[in-house]
Formats: sequence, C-alpha cells, structure tokens
Amino acid sequence: MIFDEASLSAFVITLELAAVTTAVLLLLGTPLAWWLARTNWRFKFIPEAVVAMPLVLPPTVLGFYLLIALGPHGPIGSIFESAGLQSPAFTFTGLVIGSVIYSLPFVVQPLQGAFESVGTRPLEVAATLRASPVDRFFTVAVPLAWPGFLTAAVLGFAHTLGEFGVVLMIGGNIPGSTRVVSIAIYDHVEALEYTQAHWLAGTLLIISFAILAVVYGLNRRFRPVRL
Amino acid sequence: MIEARFNITKGDFEMAVNVGIPSKGVTALFGPSGSGKTTFLRTVAGLEKHAGCSLSIDGEVWQEGSTFVPPYKRPLGYVFQEPSLFPHLTVRANIEYGRNRSARAGISVDEAIKFLDIGGLLARRPSQLSGGEQQRVAIARALAVDPRILLMDEPLSSLDEELKGDILPYLDRLHEELKIPVIYVSHSADEVARVADSLVLLEKGSVKAEGPLAEVLTRLDLAPAHRDDAEAVIDAVAAGYDEEFGLALLDFSGGRFSVPGPPIETGKPVRLRLAARDVSLTLEKQTDTSILNIFPAIVAGIADSGPYQTTVLLDISGVPVLARVTKRSAATLRLEQGKSVFAQAKSVAVIS
Repeated sequence: MIFDEASLSAFVITLELAAVTTAVLLLLGTPLAWWLARTNWRFKFIPEAVVAMPLVLPPTVLGFYLLIALGPHGPIGSIFESAGLQSPAFTFTGLVIGSVIYSLPFVVQPLQGAFESVGTRPLEVAATLRASPVDRFFTVAVPLAWPGFLTAAVLGFAHTLGEFGVVLMIGGNIPGSTRVVSIAIYDHVEALEYTQAHWLAGTLLIISFAILAVVYGLNRRFRPVRL
Repeated sequence: MIEARFNITKGDFEMAVNVGIPSKGVTALFGPSGSGKTTFLRTVAGLEKHAGCSLSIDGEVWQEGSTFVPPYKRPLGYVFQEPSLFPHLTVRANIEYGRNRSARAGISVDEAIKFLDIGGLLARRPSQLSGGEQQRVAIARALAVDPRILLMDEPLSSLDEELKGDILPYLDRLHEELKIPVIYVSHSADEVARVADSLVLLEKGSVKAEGPLAEVLTRLDLAPAHRDDAEAVIDAVAAGYDEEFGLALLDFSGGRFSVPGPPIETGKPVRLRLAARDVSLTLEKQTDTSILNIFPAIVAGIADSGPYQTTVLLDISGVPVLARVTKRSAATLRLEQGKSVFAQAKSVAVIS
C-alpha cells in the first residue's frame, strides 16, 4: 500500500471538496457570468472587480475574514447557530464556502468570456424563432458556450484541489474531516516525512496535469463557435 | 395594414416616421445606408425597444405606450443580413427550431425545404454550406414558423454577385406563390426593382415617399428618378411569341412590347424594367426605324437631372415611364407638360 489511511482520507476529502465546490460554482457562477456578459450597467466593473479579488488577495486574508464570518459569532456563523446548526468554521461546509469564494474567478471569468463570444445575434435569431428568454439560454447560449463551461468546471475543480491557505485558516486541519492533500503534504514536510510528501505531491501534480491537458485538448477540438 | 409610428433617438440618429405598409405583397424599404432601414425593421420585430413607438399589424397592437409584445411572441419571420444559422445544429434542426415553437401551421417544414430547394442539405452543418446555401436555409427557417409577416434585412448583401443570382429566383417565387407580406430592406435599386410591389423611400430617418413601386420610382420630385440608372417598372403579361423572329410579345395596359428572347408561357405575369436612358422621344411616329417598341405618350412632367440632362416623365395610358434626354433635345422638341409625343424604347429587360 502506497498510501496510508490518513493520506487516502485526505485524497477523498480533497476530491469531494473539489467536486462539491465545482457544482456549487457552476450553479451560482452561470447566472452571475450571464448577467455580467449581457448587462449594460455602467457600474458592472464593481462586481467584476469583486469576482476577481481572490486572484490577487493572499489566501490568508480571505481565510481570516471567512474565519470570523463563519465562526459562531460571525454574521454567517450565527445564522447557522440560530437555525440550530453547527457554525461552519472548522467543518467541511466551511471548506466548501471558502473554496467557492476562492475559486469564483476561475469559473465566472471563462463563462463570462464564453457568453460574450456567443454574442447577441444568435439570441436575436432565436427570439425571432419564438424562443423565450429561458428557452434561448438553454438551447442556444449554453450549447454555443459549451467550451466555456468545460474550461470553467475544470479550472474550478483543479484550483480547488490545490487550495491551501484558505483551507488552513478555516478548516483547521482536522484529519478525516477537513484535512486535504495540500495540508497533509505540509504536515509531512514539517515532520520530515519526505517519502509520504513525495507520493502525495507527485500524485497531485499528475492529476492536475492530466485534467488541464484534457481541457486544453478538448478546447482545441471544440473551438468556441461564433455565428 | 402594418401601421408604424416610430419616434426614435439613438445618439446622433433620429427617426420620425409614420407609415402604413400594405399587408400583402413585397414592400421595399429603400434608402442609402444610415437612413434607418435596419433600425426600422428591428423595431418592427421588437429586437429594439424604443419609447415613443407604436406599431400594429392588421389592428393587433404590438407596441403602444407601455404595451410591448416581446419579439418571441410576435408571429413574424426575420431574415438577417448574414445567414446566422445556429452552428451547433444541423440544417434540418435549424429549420425545425422555429417550427417546433410556432403555434401556426400554414407552412410545414417540408414545404419550406422544398420551396428553397435545400432537401439535399438537411443532414449538414451550417459550416459545410456555401454562403448562398446558408442564406437559403435561413429563409426556409424563417418561413417554417409560418409568419404573418416576413422581415428581410438586406438578405443578399453578404453574398457576391453570382450568389445573388442564385437566391433571387427564390425571392421571385416567394413573391409569386406565397401570400405572406414581406418588408424587404435594401439599398440596391436592382433588387428593389425586381422584388418589390410597393416602396417606402427612407432618408435620414424620415419617409420621403411611399406608394406603389412604379409610381415612386418615377416621381420627378424624388431622388430615384434622377439617378444614372433611373428606370420604370412595368407589369405585363406574356401574350404570345413571334416564332419567326424570336420575339416574346408582352402586353401591358399601354400596348405591347416585343422583346427578343426565349418564349414565355402565355398568361404568365412578367415585370419589365425600362431604363430612362434607353427611352428616346419623337414628335412624329417613326416608321423607318430599327426600334420595335414605340408608344404614344403624354409628357406628364419635366425636371433637370444634374447640370447636363433632363428627365421626362411620360404617361403611356396611365403607365409612368421615364426618358432621359439632353437639355438641347428638350428645347428642340419644345417638351412641356401635356404635349403628345412618341416614346421609343431601345431595350427593355424582362424579369421574373
């Protein structure tokens, strides 16, 4: 057995976290990206800047604020508490919330770009062919922006895999619950267990490369189509 | 009747029009680029929404005050300048897209396919079609929703001359066989003379003239009559054929044209284009001349076309025809309104 039980559970948690985060991001990011791509609002640069913030902020800054917000006395944590739930700090739910915010630009930006490159003409054509706005979105915009969805999902997933700072701040490194691979590697290195660190780091490296290679390969085949 | 009262301001561009477009036949919206033709058409379709516009079709209000029927609820067909087919769908799926969403069922997908002669292309993707084929599919797609009105925005302008020739016969058929009223936007006099029944002349956002094609094209107070390629459009009917000399005999209300060319099925309506520069005038009927088509006419108006030439509007038993003559000829013949002359047509083009 290459991986001990602790490493294996770190992998499971990491993949679970990346999958759940990607799903949530696609659900929330799609309408947001659609709106950003289509709106003529003059202050649209403000939400755009907010979406891009995680690209430049140190993860510890984001993690610090999230820790406060998600803790039992924070604005979000207290909502959980008053609903009779555990506050999300140091839980898997907390990790998902943090990852969603941290990976937001990696999903919203490719989607926004894809929707923008679809342009207005195909949607106007669909409108003259009796398609309602929702109908047009699902039968024209989504299929034409399909490469953008692929890129967004893969980047969101891969970026969450590699997350470290935010998770450390709000996850607390609890084995079997919030300890992800990136933190497990850190722990191994701290403990001078280089062999285990090598195995985990190498595996993460290969997974990330494989995912990105697939997405770039597919995007070559499915060039974003324009009318 | 399509009644449109539009007051539109877009940046520097202003449009103020109040027109009634007949809900039968082809009405061309004709004017130079920047005259607001496309804005007009997009507003009719509801693709642009401007306050201060009202629009109704056969009494049914599409826009008025706060009422605005969104484009997808307007029973219209729209053909854009570029074919704009959905690249992710096959030709057949493109045509069925609108059909499946339309509540009307006057035209079937198969009829639309047959009409545009695209039966062999159905399984293909738009990227595998030529520009002309794509535009035919786009027209079929618009027809397949069984529109109450078909809007065409310069459907030939993205095609080169040869491909235009491929599409035009289908537009002629549309004109002859379908009862759907069409608003056809164009800046090409050629296309307009060929496809239109009536004309709305648009200039800088306002309507300069509207009326039957033959009348508007020959009005001396409007720009078309003074262009180098000014012409009259005459509707005629094939009446027979002169086998010996290969002449098609075409009757119109002012007489009979003899036109060299292949036989035309008797009874078939044809449209003739008679360029102003191909019409000359005489005071006496010439007998020893090579010109076959000579008609008695009354001078209905005279106006200068630029510094060197004069355009004469002639009335041939109610049919308006233009003649382009030099100023000297106009003076020598003492042309004036009401004078009887003979119009000699050196050549005439038969279309459709």
